[in-house]
Amino acid sequence: MVAKGFEKIQDKWGWIFISFATIFLALFIFYPLVYSLYLSTFSTKGIIKNFVGLGNYKRLLQDNYFILSIKNIFVILVIQVPIMLFLALIFAFLLNDPKLKLKSVYRTALFLPAVTSLVAYSVVFKMMFSTEGLVNNILINLHIIKEPIRWLLDPFWSKVTLIIAMTWRWTGYNMMLYLAGLQNISQEVYEAAEIDGAGKTAQFFRITIPLLRPIILFTTILSTIGTLQLFDEPMMLAAGVTTGSSVGPGNSLLTPSVYIYNVSFKYVPNFGYASAISYMIVLIAVILSIIQFRVAGEER
Amino acid sequence: MKKKITYTFIYLFLTISAIISVFPFCWMVAGSTNKSVDVNKGKLTFGNQFLENLYKLSENFNLGQVIWNSIQVSFFVVVFSLIVSSMAGYGFEMFKSKSRNVIYAAVLLTMMIPFAALMVPVFKLMTFFNLIDSLWGVILPMIPSVFLIFFFRQNFQQYPKEIIMAARVDGASEPRIFFSIIMPSMKATYAAAAIYAFLTSWNAYLQPLVIIQSQDNRTMALFIANLASGYQPDFGLVMMAVVIATLPTLILFFALQKYFVQGVLGSVKQ
Repeated sequence: MVAKGFEKIQDKWGWIFISFATIFLALFIFYPLVYSLYLSTFSTKGIIKNFVGLGNYKRLLQDNYFILSIKNIFVILVIQVPIMLFLALIFAFLLNDPKLKLKSVYRTALFLPAVTSLVAYSVVFKMMFSTEGLVNNILINLHIIKEPIRWLLDPFWSKVTLIIAMTWRWTGYNMMLYLAGLQNISQEVYEAAEIDGAGKTAQFFRITIPLLRPIILFTTILSTIGTLQLFDEPMMLAAGVTTGSSVGPGNSLLTPSVYIYNVSFKYVPNFGYASAISYMIVLIAVILSIIQFRVAGEER
Repeated sequence: MKKKITYTFIYLFLTISAIISVFPFCWMVAGSTNKSVDVNKGKLTFGNQFLENLYKLSENFNLGQVIWNSIQVSFFVVVFSLIVSSMAGYGFEMFKSKSRNVIYAAVLLTMMIPFAALMVPVFKLMTFFNLIDSLWGVILPMIPSVFLIFFFRQNFQQYPKEIIMAARVDGASEPRIFFSIIMPSMKATYAAAAIYAFLTSWNAYLQPLVIIQSQDNRTMALFIANLASGYQPDFGLVMMAVVIATLPTLILFFALQKYFVQGVLGSVKQ
């Protein structure tokens, strides 16, 4: 009886405690989501608003810029995310070795990029990768290349620059997540493997990767969502490089978020069409996450 | 013997990686002391333009105002989002209604939504509230943080239930239990959450980009973006601005490393 009484009081206070957050979430997340769905059935030009039903979504499927932006982020998803996560796994594995010296120095150094703001590091990378700039100087001095690479002026190399920059920024971050996960794996497992004659490579592939599977799934989903939202880096790397409205040379850095921004605020604003693009991105994020959950779930 | 070679390779690999990680920071600091041409040419050494760059930056632009704007935004976002999210986290943990799981699931789902998808409605909402080009227009949408609610709930789950139950039996009200028993004893959780909220707000770019229009209301990220995106940017000044924007986070990092890692690990790519 007493417990029942507590529960009622708790329920009342529970509602009060979550009410502030609920108001904010409703106002700035749930309402925008619903409104955006409504808006996506209209074509808007300034204040003129025409109902088009699914017209915006039909238009999307034939919109070359939209398709290109999806292609661009899929390149990142397929190339950058695996490289970064694999590197992060290797770092975490090596730093988890109790015999390694200077561990905390390495860990701090590798994690440091995760502290920087996206705008700031993108700007720094843009300067490092300018055609007559630092990276080309180093590569020429090391005799790796003869001619300077036109990093930000070439559709292919600008994507490479973006991939290098993102890998620099996020590898240490993912490494920390893996290191946290490795704490749960007893060192004895590794010691036993060593006694059985398993080398470092075997330990990495046979022990670390299988045991970290849940965290690898988690980081994969985080990176997928992050890549779908990519905005700051392409905006900064592309700014001022090309004339006109191209985002990077030949729109090589055009991402869905940048496109939504341009459709909403840069060109003649079409909020309805921008909303339709947004919904497409949310849909892709949900589908990819479900697929990743399924794949990881089946293997368990 | 074989082991020794393996370890040599490991140390070599880690050292090179660590240098690559730290190098842009060093170059950034060196760049802030150099002329624009030298930065663009990739000069590695320190120059003598430090004061000159700092002077130009504060003389030609409203640097003080921009820094002050960023401080205000971060301060209010940290304070409000900590209060709102920790209360919600405790609320979810506390009450037993079945509906809480539905709300909780809905909350988690929102973590998947990119800000770009909410941008237009938030812009319209802020127009309606007359908060376009105001710092509050930047602050308010950043207060609800799904991650922080999640984070606080996780941490409250580990709080000993006996203490809460004992306080209830003694007749303490729920707000009292929360504000004078739980809150003061979870400093580490709050510190990590504060760092997360600080980083998110201090570094935010897209959201202020949509809301802020005038030069006087720009935040640091907008300022750097503007400075670097001009027709012929002065790279020395850009570097100086980058150093100024990065310094607070670096100081925080080295001062509060333990909480920092916890806080940063929460910051989902934005």
